[in-house]
Amino acid sequence: MKKVSVSFTLNGDAVTAEVPVTWNLLKTLRDYFELTGAKEGCGVGECGACTVLVDGEAVNSCLYPVFEVEGKSVTTIEGLAGEDGALHPVQQAFLENNGVQCGFCTSGMIMSAKALLDHTPSPSEEEIREGIAGNFCRCTGYVQIVEAIDMAAKKIKQAG
Amino acid sequence: MTEYLFVGKSVPRTIEADKVTGRAVYIDDLKRPGMLYGKICYSRYAHARIKRIDTSRAEKLPGVRAVLTGRDVPDVRVGFLKDQTVLKRDVVRQFRDEVAAVAAISPEIAAEACDLIEVEYEELPGVFDPFEAMKADAPLVHEVDARGRPLKSNILPLPWKFSAGDVEQGRKAAAFTVKDTVRTTWVNQCCMGTSGCIAEFDVNGNLTLYSQTNVIFGHVGRITEYFNAIGLKGKKIRVVNATVGGSFGTKLDTDIYEFIAIQLALKTRKPVKILFDREEEFRALPPRQPAVFDIEQGCDAEGRLTFRHVTAVLDNGAYTSWGATTPSVMMMPMSSLYRVPNVFFQATCVYTNNIYCQAMRGYGNPQATFAVETSMDTLAEAAGIDPLEFRRINRNRPGDLTPMRLKITSCGLEECIQSVEERLGWKEKRGKRNGRGVGMASLIHVAGGARVTRSDGHGIMIKVNEFGQVDVIESGTDQGQGSPTVISQMVAEALGVRPEDVSLTFGDTGLALWDAGTHASRHTFMAGNAAIRACRKAKQQILEMAVEQIPGIVKGGFKRKKRKDPEFVPPDLDYGLISDPDKLDIRDRMVFPKEAPDHPYFRVPIHFVLRGALHVGTGQSKVVAAEAFYDPPTEMLDRELKGNLSQTYAFGATGVEVAVDEKTGEVTILRMVAAHDVGKAINPTLLLGQIYGAAYTGVGYGLTEEIKVKNGRVMNPTFRDYQMLTAMDVVPVEAVIVEPDDADGPFGAKGVGEPGLVPTAPAIANAIYDAVGVRIRELPITPEKVLAALRDRDRAS
Repeated sequence: MKKVSVSFTLNGDAVTAEVPVTWNLLKTLRDYFELTGAKEGCGVGECGACTVLVDGEAVNSCLYPVFEVEGKSVTTIEGLAGEDGALHPVQQAFLENNGVQCGFCTSGMIMSAKALLDHTPSPSEEEIREGIAGNFCRCTGYVQIVEAIDMAAKKIKQAG
Repeated sequence: MTEYLFVGKSVPRTIEADKVTGRAVYIDDLKRPGMLYGKICYSRYAHARIKRIDTSRAEKLPGVRAVLTGRDVPDVRVGFLKDQTVLKRDVVRQFRDEVAAVAAISPEIAAEACDLIEVEYEELPGVFDPFEAMKADAPLVHEVDARGRPLKSNILPLPWKFSAGDVEQGRKAAAFTVKDTVRTTWVNQCCMGTSGCIAEFDVNGNLTLYSQTNVIFGHVGRITEYFNAIGLKGKKIRVVNATVGGSFGTKLDTDIYEFIAIQLALKTRKPVKILFDREEEFRALPPRQPAVFDIEQGCDAEGRLTFRHVTAVLDNGAYTSWGATTPSVMMMPMSSLYRVPNVFFQATCVYTNNIYCQAMRGYGNPQATFAVETSMDTLAEAAGIDPLEFRRINRNRPGDLTPMRLKITSCGLEECIQSVEERLGWKEKRGKRNGRGVGMASLIHVAGGARVTRSDGHGIMIKVNEFGQVDVIESGTDQGQGSPTVISQMVAEALGVRPEDVSLTFGDTGLALWDAGTHASRHTFMAGNAAIRACRKAKQQILEMAVEQIPGIVKGGFKRKKRKDPEFVPPDLDYGLISDPDKLDIRDRMVFPKEAPDHPYFRVPIHFVLRGALHVGTGQSKVVAAEAFYDPPTEMLDRELKGNLSQTYAFGATGVEVAVDEKTGEVTILRMVAAHDVGKAINPTLLLGQIYGAAYTGVGYGLTEEIKVKNGRVMNPTFRDYQMLTAMDVVPVEAVIVEPDDADGPFGAKGVGEPGLVPTAPAIANAIYDAVGVRIRELPITPEKVLAALRDRDRAS
C-alpha cells in the first residue's frame, strides 16, 4: 500500500510517521507511535473516545486523515501530564470526583475538557455539557464528569 | 461505635490514575508477540440452510493464516442449553450466526478475507414474534434438542413457574383489581469498550485467555467443558483480564467469539485477538432480554395488596444465554416488592429467529419492576389512594419473610419513600394534570450475594511485606465500578494501614482463589466480608510479631539514647500492656496497646515490627499472608423456586417530576430523586457515581433506547441511531443515601451496582400519567407513543 510521510509535533516532540495513506490519525497514534490512550469506541466519529487535540482543537482522530496533520501540533492524553508526571488539573479532578469509572471514554473526555477550558476558562454547566457533547459515557451519567471539569476550571483559575 | 478512618470517606480513585493518563491497558491495547487478528463472518439470513461455503478466495489472500467454517471445527454444542455450535455448519437461525472465521496478520486483511468467503444459502421461513412462535404451525427454530431428540415446539423447557399462597383467595379478598399488559424491549448495554479477547496456547497446549469477563472462574469452567468435548481434556486454562471498558452484564457468559478465538489460535498456534467493532457490538452482542407481562393485582378496601398474578412471555431469540434465566430474578420483585401474600408468576421463553439475549445491569429486575410499578399505579388509582401512600401501605419492613422466602433484614424502604415524598414536593405537585406531573417507583434487589450457583463464595488473599505494604489478590473483577478504591479502603480499615498502602490484583484465575462472579451487585459485600476475615488473620500474625518485637524496639531505642546521653535513665515500663496479641491493635500504620493507645514507647510503626520479624535468619524468617473464603449462609432456590438466595437486600425509591409537551409528545425530566438504602456508604462519592450512572441508563431505558429489530435484523447498529443519552440530556438527579447499617454487610454495606436502574423507567411512566393522563405501558416511551396516546385520550373524551 502506498505510504505517506507526515511530519508534525506530537506531545511537544517533532516526529515523522511513514504510514499507509489510508490510515487515520487514531490508527497512526495507536499503531505507529504506540500511544494507546486514545480509544476507538465506534470508528465513525460518534462517540468521542478517540478525541485528541490538533492545534488546540478537539477532534475525532478516527475521522482525521493522517496526511492532514502535516505541520500541525497534536496533543494526546499521554502529553497532558507535566514532565515531572504531575497530573493536569482535569486529570486530578476526574480522580477526585469519580469522573472516571471504566475509563474507556476518559482519555477522550479529558481532552475535550482540556480544549474547552483552554478556550473558555470559566465555563457554565451548559458550556461544559456542550464541550463534552460528542463524548459518550455509559458509566457515570456525566454528572460527576461535569462536576470534575468545573472543579478543574476553578483550580486552574486559582493557580492563575 | 468505632470511628472509621477510611470507611465512609470519599477516598479519590488515585489507585486508578492509569485511566486518566492513557496508560491503562484494555483488550484493545494488548498485543502478544506474533499475534494474529480474527474476524467473524456472519449469516446474511435470519433462517436459512447453508448449501455451500467457498473459502478458497479468502485463503489465497496474502496475510491470511487460517479460515474456519463449521466443517473445520468439532461439531460440539455450547451455551446454557447447549443449543448452538461455535461455527454453524448446516443451518443459520439468526443474522448474527457465526458462519466462518478468519485469522490474518492485520484486522484489515481479516475483514477483507471475510468479504471473500462465498456462502450460498437456501432461505427458510422465519418466526420473529414469540406469540406467533408459540402457535402450533409456527416454523421450528430448532428441530432437535441438545441430545438430538426431535422438538415439537419453540417453547423452551425452562421451569419458570412460581406460586405462593392462594391467588384465588386473594382475588376474593380484593375490593379492587386491575389488569395491565406491559412490554419491554431489547436494549444494548453500550459498553464504551467493545467485546474482545486474545486466545493464546503455549507449546504444551495450555490456554491463556486474555479476557474481559466478570465471571473468570465460570469462564474456566465453560472452556474446560468445551476442551473436554473437543479432545483437549487435561489442558489447562488461565483467564486473565485486561482493563475492562465497561461490562453491565455483557461479560457474564462465555460468548461465541471467545470460542472462535480459541479455535483460530488452535489452528494457527499463534495468539489470536478478536475485537468487535461498534456495529458488531450492536448486531452480535446479546442485549437485554425483552418481555411482555400480563399483570393482575388486587387490594382490599384499606389498600393492602391481596394478590399478584403475572404471566410473562420472553422472546428468547435463536439460542439460549443468560437472558432465558432472567425470570429467576424477575421473581424477586414479582414475589417480594411490597408485601403481597398470594403470588403467581409464570414466564415462558420462546425461540424465535431474532437476536438472543444476555444479562444487563439489573438482570430481569428492570423489566419486572416496570410491570409491577405500572400495576401499582393503576391499582392505587382504582382504589382511590395516592400512589405514594399506596406504596407506603404495602412497603416491605425489616423482619419480613416474603412469599419467595427472602428474609428481609435491614430495610430502609420507608425512609426512601419518605425522601421521595419530601424532596419532590409530592403533595403539592401531584394530580395537577397540567402537563407537569410526578411519579415514583420502588425497588428490591439482591445486595448480599446471589446464590445462583452452588457456591456463592468469594476468595481473597492478602500479604504484607516488610515495609508495611499490602498486596491483595482479589478473585473478583474490576469493570470500572470502583472496587480497587473501595476494597483498599476496607482492607486499610480492617488491617490498620492506609488505602494508599494497598495494591490489588483482579481477574486472574492463575492467582486468585475462587469467586462466583462480579455480578448481582455483590462485589463490595462479598469482597468486603472476605477482606475483613483475611485481614483479621493477617493482623493476628502481625500482632504476634509485635509482642516479640516491641520490647526489643523500645529497648534498642533506650540503648541508642543512652549512647547519646549517658545520663539517660530508661523509664520503668509496664510490659504487661504488650504481653499478648489480644492486648494490641493496629490503626493507621501504628501498632499500639489497646489500654494505652498513645503510649510514648509502645506505640510503634507497623513496618518496624515487620522489618524486625520477617527476614531474620535460618529457620526464623516469616511471611505475613492470609486468605479467606467467604460464602454467606444463603440458600439456593428450591424446586418451588423459593429460598433466601441473598444475605441481604437493597431497597430504594425513585421519584421524578416530568413535563410533557402535548404538541410534540416530548418528555422532559425536571427533577429526579433517587433514594437508596445502601446499608452503609463505604465511599460516598463513588456510591453516587453508581446511582447517577444507573439512573441515566434507566432514563435511556425509559425514554430513548431500543434496538430496532425487523425480521430478525438489527436496524440501528450505530450510536447515532440507537440514541444513548449524551451529556446534553440533562437529568437532574438528586441522590439520597439511606444508611440503616446492615448487620451482615462489611462495615454495614450492601450492594448498589444495579439498583439505581431498576425503578427509573416506571417512575417516569407514572409521572407522565400524572402529567397528562396517558399511561404508556411499552418501553421506550418515545414522543411518538406519547402523541399516539394523547390522540387516543382526546378521541375518548
